[in-house]
Amino acid sequence: MSVIYVLLAISLVVAVIFFMAFIASVKNGQYDDSYTPSVRMLFEDELVEDKPSEERQNKNKTSNK
Amino acid sequence: MDRINCYHCGDDCGNAAITFDTKNFCCGGCKTVYEIFSTNDLSYYYDLQSAAGTTPKVVENKYDFLGTSAIVQKLTEFSDGNLQIVNLYIPSIHCSSCIWVLENLNKLNLSIISSQVDFPKKTVRISYDSDAISLKELVLLLARIGYEPYISLDDFDNKKKKTDRSLIYKLGVAGFAFGNVMFLSFPEYFDLVTSKSTGGEYWLNQYQDVFRGLMFIFSLPVVFYAGRDYFISAFKGLRSNFLNIDVPIALGILVLFLRSTVEIIFNWGPGFFDSLTGLVFFLLLGKFFQQKTYSFLSFERDYKSYFPVAVTRMLPGGKEESTQVHDLKKGDRILIRNEELIPIDGILISGKARIDYSFVTGESEPVLKQYGEKIYAGGKQLNDAIEIETLKSVSQSYLTQLWSNAVFQEDKSTKFQTLTDSIGKRFTIAVLSVAFAATTFWLFYDSSKALNVFTAVLIIACPCAIALASPFTLGNMLRIFGRKKFYLKNTQTIEQLAQIDTAIFDKTGTITTAQKSTASYQGMTLTLEEEALLKNTLRASNHPLSRTLYNMLAEHDIVTLDEYEEHLGKGVEGRIDGEHIKIGSADFTGYHQDSGALNTSVHINSNDTYKGKYVFHNEYRDGISEVFKAISETLQVAILSGDNEGEKTRLEQLLPKFTPLFFNQKPEDKLDFIKSLQNQGKKVLMVGDGLNDAGALAQSNVGIAISENVNVFSPACDGILDASKFKWLYQYILASKKAIKIVKMSFALSLLYNIIGLYFAVTGQLQPVIAAILMPLSSISIVVFTTVMTNMLGRKLK
Repeated sequence: MSVIYVLLAISLVVAVIFFMAFIASVKNGQYDDSYTPSVRMLFEDELVEDKPSEERQNKNKTSNK
Repeated sequence: MDRINCYHCGDDCGNAAITFDTKNFCCGGCKTVYEIFSTNDLSYYYDLQSAAGTTPKVVENKYDFLGTSAIVQKLTEFSDGNLQIVNLYIPSIHCSSCIWVLENLNKLNLSIISSQVDFPKKTVRISYDSDAISLKELVLLLARIGYEPYISLDDFDNKKKKTDRSLIYKLGVAGFAFGNVMFLSFPEYFDLVTSKSTGGEYWLNQYQDVFRGLMFIFSLPVVFYAGRDYFISAFKGLRSNFLNIDVPIALGILVLFLRSTVEIIFNWGPGFFDSLTGLVFFLLLGKFFQQKTYSFLSFERDYKSYFPVAVTRMLPGGKEESTQVHDLKKGDRILIRNEELIPIDGILISGKARIDYSFVTGESEPVLKQYGEKIYAGGKQLNDAIEIETLKSVSQSYLTQLWSNAVFQEDKSTKFQTLTDSIGKRFTIAVLSVAFAATTFWLFYDSSKALNVFTAVLIIACPCAIALASPFTLGNMLRIFGRKKFYLKNTQTIEQLAQIDTAIFDKTGTITTAQKSTASYQGMTLTLEEEALLKNTLRASNHPLSRTLYNMLAEHDIVTLDEYEEHLGKGVEGRIDGEHIKIGSADFTGYHQDSGALNTSVHINSNDTYKGKYVFHNEYRDGISEVFKAISETLQVAILSGDNEGEKTRLEQLLPKFTPLFFNQKPEDKLDFIKSLQNQGKKVLMVGDGLNDAGALAQSNVGIAISENVNVFSPACDGILDASKFKWLYQYILASKKAIKIVKMSFALSLLYNIIGLYFAVTGQLQPVIAAILMPLSSISIVVFTTVMTNMLGRKLK
């Protein structure tokens, strides 16, 4: 057995894994909406959390703009 | 004075700004939304994008039908125990703030488990605990923060639209195989001379069979899955005696595959698997690019997406009940509230009906109906609640019957032969004759090479670049138009638009604006005092005509009237400091020489002498004269209106001379008019806006709907044009013509590549590496050429 067969097998397995990942992601609906996630990732998580005191300060800061 | 803009919605606050929390609001609604957000720690909404909000509308009783569990069952996507998932269409989603606040709905109500926005589709998918919050409460909550969902009969009828992802799968398969086959071909590219069959010794050659076998395996899914559509389409075309562009493509793919397979089996050479997979990949890429969809728009709407899901039915004994529109039977009594749509033909039983039919018939003024009169479906009630006894079922109503016309069942796209297909026919014939001629020559000269030449010609002539020219040019054009707010259904529409020779326009809502109408004064001039009195009297009245007139008149000081009286159906009366004014109908003001004017007018009588009248006109869109002047130079133009002839003289002044004007046209008349033009061989463009144009839009070669707000209802059509861009319509038609020219130029370019390739093929020296270079090179240069050209064209457009 030559090492080429091993290398070929490895490279094919890697390629097929990525291919399967692609199919799975399409099936999941990841390609249905290609815009919203790009906006969603920019939201700051700390503001979403429940921190009333910080929230107030934040708001006052921005309203002075 | 500085303009004060509302902190929530950004509108001008005028004089009556409400100040709250050091911020200004234009109305109580906006203030309430701000309060809801700030008390729930959602004021980040305003940091994301300032003045992002929408003013909420009052929606009492409107969603009562959501209390019926059968309706809820049909509207929800998933319902199990106390978990319900609903997907709502919210037209007012427009910015990142909207996404943020809608995805944080659980801050507002803890019973909402999660929510996810699909921005391009303008939908939000909400999962909630149905024990704690009902769908009705959820919808009301959304409406209260300015995100009122749009629920129509359409949502109710066809629930799950499956998204078609097969093209992405196919593209993935072809791309995957293309990449791998390219890698596996590398030894062959570098080692052309010293392969094993020619006695070479290069160490990679001992694995030649493995590599070729793998290439063969990779090409199988490409030919039989990814390229399947080309075979199907070619077969369909041949069966109906029609040589479309897919015939030479399918032939090319098939010959590539068979020849390559034979070559590797008999060890003659490496085959053309790289070209084969590359070809399919590029073709699919073109298809993918062409398939630009505006997911937030729908080009297939019928009356169902305009009609409500349910109405209030009056039960004997005075009880009210929400009933699905489909369940209404003849003889039912239904209650229609202010601003509600009448879904069914019926007879008015009680209440004062003032119905806006502009969307259905094209009449610009609301119609008054008395007790016992027949009311047609599709109108919108503008006054208080009315009661109607139904005469028919929904599907048999006057308006909905239009949709039983055969036009709506036909698929327009099957009738049209695209430019690519018409080229395809000639191309196929040319390629086949070259192939046979070359084969015949080689049969006599060197018969061992004849089959080689025959297949080589079919392979190299495979019109990959031709097939790509149109998708990339028109696909890019579609995007450019989209950015200019001219949304077309598909690329075929651009081709059709370029061939138009007749343009038919609707009047109401199409060349007139829906929002405002203007009035001109005829009669004796009013004194300043009289005008002030007029304005102040109008101020007290709630009649729509009074409101319009009030907004039009110049500002005067606000004075309290000594006396004010409203005579229902007649007019209003006001008195101040002995001055007396009467405003209203002709009879009421003592005007008796009514010349049968068709335009709505408001008459003025001051101190018992008749003064004059305000005549209301339609307000025409900006630049209408220029648009028609330009269009009529190359196209035939006509106006088809469902309205009466009241505007005839004004239209004649505005439009180029001898423009045919047709009034009082019923929806079927419009459809038949278009049909008769088409029978004369005309290519007709119909521009309309309402349901009454739906038949004409479907019948015409290209039907374009004008819309003031592209998110609200527009009838089924081929394209939607934002009303503000109406004056550029002719430019867009010209641009489509130029786009077609670009496609033709790219055809010439790709033919050049084909001729070069054919030289190698016919002389019997086509090496796989030449095919592997030529095929992508021609495709890529076509893509670059068309993209650059269309972008240059797009830059000139406004």
